[in-house]
Amino acid sequence: MSVVSNTTTIGSIGAPSRRNTELLMLAFAVVIPVFAYINVGLAIDGTVPAGVLGMGLGMALLAAVAHIVVRRFAPYADPLLLPLATLLNGLGLVLIWRLDQSERLRQLGQGTAASNQLMWSTLGVAGFVIVLIFLKDHRILQRYTYISMVVALVLLAAPAFFPAREEDFGAKIWIRIGSFSIQPGEFVKIIIAVFFAGYLMVKRDALALASRRFMGLYLPRGRDLGPILTVWALSILILVFETDLGTSLLFFGMFIVMLYVATERTSWILFGLLMSAAGAAAVATFESHVQQRIVAWLNPMAIFLPPEQRPDGLISDQAAQALFAFGSGGVLGTGLGQGHSDLIGFAAKSDFILATVGEELGLAGMMAVLMLYALIVQRGIRTGLAARDPFGKLFAVGLSGAFALQVFIVAGGVMNLIPLTGMTMPFLAQGGSSVITNWALIAILIRISDTARRPAPAPAPSPDAEPTQVVRL
Amino acid sequence: MSELTLTVMRLGFLAVLWLFVIVAVQVIRSDLFGTRVTQRGGGRARPAPERERPQASGGRQQSRQSPRQRRGAPTKLVVVEGSLAGTTVALQGQTITLGRAHDSTIVLDDDYASSRHARIYPDQSGQWIVEDMGSTNGTYLDRSRLTAPQPVPLGAAIRIGKTVIELRK
Repeated sequence: MSVVSNTTTIGSIGAPSRRNTELLMLAFAVVIPVFAYINVGLAIDGTVPAGVLGMGLGMALLAAVAHIVVRRFAPYADPLLLPLATLLNGLGLVLIWRLDQSERLRQLGQGTAASNQLMWSTLGVAGFVIVLIFLKDHRILQRYTYISMVVALVLLAAPAFFPAREEDFGAKIWIRIGSFSIQPGEFVKIIIAVFFAGYLMVKRDALALASRRFMGLYLPRGRDLGPILTVWALSILILVFETDLGTSLLFFGMFIVMLYVATERTSWILFGLLMSAAGAAAVATFESHVQQRIVAWLNPMAIFLPPEQRPDGLISDQAAQALFAFGSGGVLGTGLGQGHSDLIGFAAKSDFILATVGEELGLAGMMAVLMLYALIVQRGIRTGLAARDPFGKLFAVGLSGAFALQVFIVAGGVMNLIPLTGMTMPFLAQGGSSVITNWALIAILIRISDTARRPAPAPAPSPDAEPTQVVRL
Repeated sequence: MSELTLTVMRLGFLAVLWLFVIVAVQVIRSDLFGTRVTQRGGGRARPAPERERPQASGGRQQSRQSPRQRRGAPTKLVVVEGSLAGTTVALQGQTITLGRAHDSTIVLDDDYASSRHARIYPDQSGQWIVEDMGSTNGTYLDRSRLTAPQPVPLGAAIRIGKTVIELRK
């Protein structure tokens, strides 16, 4: 017997459902936006806003409904996903309400958006509840691998056939029926993740193992390049016909992430980066909308030059105003309600909402908000690690990868790290389709994590164990 | 509204926001481990078996266990050889899984262990049973390789690769 140096006891925790932790975090996540709301009211009008009770109770009610449904239908789910989403959604509502108070934006013809956004958030939570109740097991989605591919393609292609309108500013990503408009690209995010997960689960061995080694890289066979070429062509087509850089980047990036996770081959990432760079460069040579974005990205401040010195295609000062907003925010920010991010103009409540965060909460607040997103992504990937079935693993990683990519694309665009693309910041930005999709995405992650964290059933009594007599000698 | 109030609120809001992030990270931290590990012995290295035996033979631990437990039933599982030597797991009627898989009760860091190697569970009468779960290199009870679930007598060595575990009172 060896002499032991570490004496530890491992005790089973049982099956912690962590629902009470979730409830506490949820209460915290409701209190923070209410605090922010009071702060905005005090800063702008000098009084506590009249709607504070209604807003607090409304958010608490929504959170309570979501929590009860999780408690009932997904008792072992991750305790953080719901509070994080609630907090981000609440902060988004407060920021939109804060921008509603701006006289400058009202003069630009922007009505109040906060009440609309509250309605969309309610619908989002309703969607969350519906997904959790009706999606009993995420593996059901696996049956719809190819159907979801077709649905995704139809939805993606649909906006191209609707007439473009003046106020869409170049990107054809909306379907408009009367005064009602939806952005199908948001929903497609989830649907196409179903297809990628189902497809890669079946094909991943062929993609991972049948390869030649060349200069330290595993190169896939020519015939296995089919799917990646198809998705690449698809994302280029989106770029050309809908001039939507963000969606195109999101889908291709998501496919690369899932391909890498499924096959563990670094060469896919290399191929993906090369192909997306080549594709974007090729499209940028003839597509004027994409060119404009790149010009605005390279010389954001050139808008303030006299018109004859400006580079071609530079039409808006929003990128420059966003940079000013970040600059004037500094480390600790100007305080909620005391910034001037409304100078950004028409997209301040949607694409550029992060600039308001950066100005009024400063670097410290910005990092906290990015941490909230990072935590959602981390919980999603953790769910993927813990999931027992390959489809669930790929699906969870794909969804959280898409979420992370979207945050990167939007935040990078607003901060002028990459060319700006018209996408919404999940949960924060104004936009109905986006809120509903992201609540559904959180619901699916909660469903997968409930399945993954559910304790294994008790060992089935072995049928031949009973009659066997053990004779002790 | 006075400048001071607004400054306090601004800093307070940032503090609350970060507090949320920190609390969330703490929740993740408590979530990382599937099992609770309690460090005993104040960090001093000492031979554990010599210390544990007199305690166990006194029979006082029996009274702390659930009342339906039979006399002479093992109360803990001890790893006596291998990289985890010295680890004990309290037996409280739960199934103990052994293997390299990260969700096992005892995660074996052993080249000869399979990811879901074996499990030890009580049957209806409270007798502890060891069952090989189709491992590659097998599970040995004393010197014989397991082919079917078998009851584990007190003190019998269960060998998985380089790891040896025993049930003790």
